[in-house]
Amino acid sequence: MHSIPGRRLIMGLFLVFLLLPIYWLVNMSFKTNSEIVSTMTLWPHTPTLQHYKRIFTDESWYSGYINSLTYVVLNTIISISVALPAAYAFSRYRFLGDKHLFFWLLSNRMAPAAVYALPFFNLYSAIGLFDTPWAVALAHCIFNVPLAVWILEGFVSGVPREIDETAFLDGYSFPRFFIKILVPLIASGIGVAAFFCFMFSWVELLLARTLTSVHAKPIAAIMTRTVSAAGMDWGLLAAAGVLTIIPGALVIWFVRNYIARGFALGRV
Amino acid sequence: MDKTVNQKAWFLVLPVFLVVAFSAVLPLMTVVNYSMQDTFGNNQFFWNGVGWFKELLDPSTDLGGRFLASLGRNLFFSLVILAIEVPLGIVVALSMPREGWTVAACLVILALPLLIPWNVVGTIWQIFGRPDIGLLGYALNAIGFDYNYVSNDVDAWVTVIVMDVWHWTSLVALLCYAGLKSIPEAYYQAAQIDGASRWAVFKAIQLPKMNRVLLIAVLLRFMDSFMIYTEPFVVTGGGPGNSTTFVSIELVKIALGQFDLGKAAALSLVYNLIILIVCWIFYTVMTNAGAERAVKEGAA
Repeated sequence: MHSIPGRRLIMGLFLVFLLLPIYWLVNMSFKTNSEIVSTMTLWPHTPTLQHYKRIFTDESWYSGYINSLTYVVLNTIISISVALPAAYAFSRYRFLGDKHLFFWLLSNRMAPAAVYALPFFNLYSAIGLFDTPWAVALAHCIFNVPLAVWILEGFVSGVPREIDETAFLDGYSFPRFFIKILVPLIASGIGVAAFFCFMFSWVELLLARTLTSVHAKPIAAIMTRTVSAAGMDWGLLAAAGVLTIIPGALVIWFVRNYIARGFALGRV
Repeated sequence: MDKTVNQKAWFLVLPVFLVVAFSAVLPLMTVVNYSMQDTFGNNQFFWNGVGWFKELLDPSTDLGGRFLASLGRNLFFSLVILAIEVPLGIVVALSMPREGWTVAACLVILALPLLIPWNVVGTIWQIFGRPDIGLLGYALNAIGFDYNYVSNDVDAWVTVIVMDVWHWTSLVALLCYAGLKSIPEAYYQAAQIDGASRWAVFKAIQLPKMNRVLLIAVLLRFMDSFMIYTEPFVVTGGGPGNSTTFVSIELVKIALGQFDLGKAAALSLVYNLIILIVCWIFYTVMTNAGAERAVKEGAA
């Protein structure tokens, strides 16, 4: 009654459609370049780890991963720490302009990155943060802070009010209540919010590329630049791509039930 | 749940306000400033009033022609991917296994494309679609299609659309699945007693229950596809010619390629305004739905 006839077939075909391009990327990352260019093989006949080895030993490659991780982690920490108190405020209190503020946050989450590319470039150059991880971390706050507020607000609303009231009656000060009681209660929510901040900052390229030039260049930018300049090193490109998928693939199991919620800003 | 009025809550919101204002208001003010001026380099600016905006909306000028063409392409793109992804997403959600480990496995695989960096999504399809080294391009050419997304407009469009379907249909499916799961078992039992057909169950029970998540899915997909930049940029670079140049790609070309600050700023503002309107609809829909639900729960 719940599902439709032929559902196994439909699901199977769709999953194959999703996995096939990813398989091709993985497949290619284990092939030698001569095998890629000369023959069409469905699996690597002469499997090699040379591309991965090159990425892990060549500083211009692995520094990209370090740069990316640096600004992503910075951004996640900033976003979650400013969003937590705000989520509590939105969940518990009514105050002047709260609805407008909530909408304004949402509108920033939806603003096209292309619009901000140029003004961010000017702004961060003017304050001397250009080409540092801080520039990208702060720039990504524009979409991650609203996201974190929206997701956390949902989780805070799930905590009964009586808990706050009891804590205050027991003589907890606000900061102490917040850290000792509220944060542990919504720990899973913080995990989910952190995961989404991490993910959205990790997948973004346009701002990250615009705000860095040499020292803080993210892996995504290195992939687009180096490869086209050095001719097409397909195997290396594929290996670099596979490595960027890994952080998401590692944690996906833990957040599988929250994916829809995160993308719908905590509203599902 | 009643919220108490407490103006001191502003202190809790202040950090968020400051961080987002720093990243949003300051840059937006620069954009407004630039949009009224013209520059010939060397930081010399000249007042241009609403000149850029007039040009932007006039298809006979270079700027207006480019903007309106890319806007048209973008709207067409958004409509096509919505027309494919929404029905497909519903079908996939209805095809989800009911219980057991396969549910988790399906969820994980469905979510996988959503978590891949956007430029890597581009790279994946760039490689997958190439006639010489990609499985898709090779297979299509082997069975007799003359497929080449680098030189043929239609092929480039098909590639970009299939890529987006690959990338985002899962989101629609996961949202619909979340909506479907919230339907109580009793509804299905009642339908069975009434002898309702499969189609009747879908129309009378499942679709109405998915209404809200579907609306969220449509609006999210519309906004995201309207801002699409990285994936087509990596695969086609906006080409062949200008055939897959969407608004964001055009904007970045003008702003960071030609450093035409005034034109880029004017385009940014109009672009942002369109997004803002859609966003407002989105917000109204979600808060109204939230209020309705609260009323229902209060009554129950």
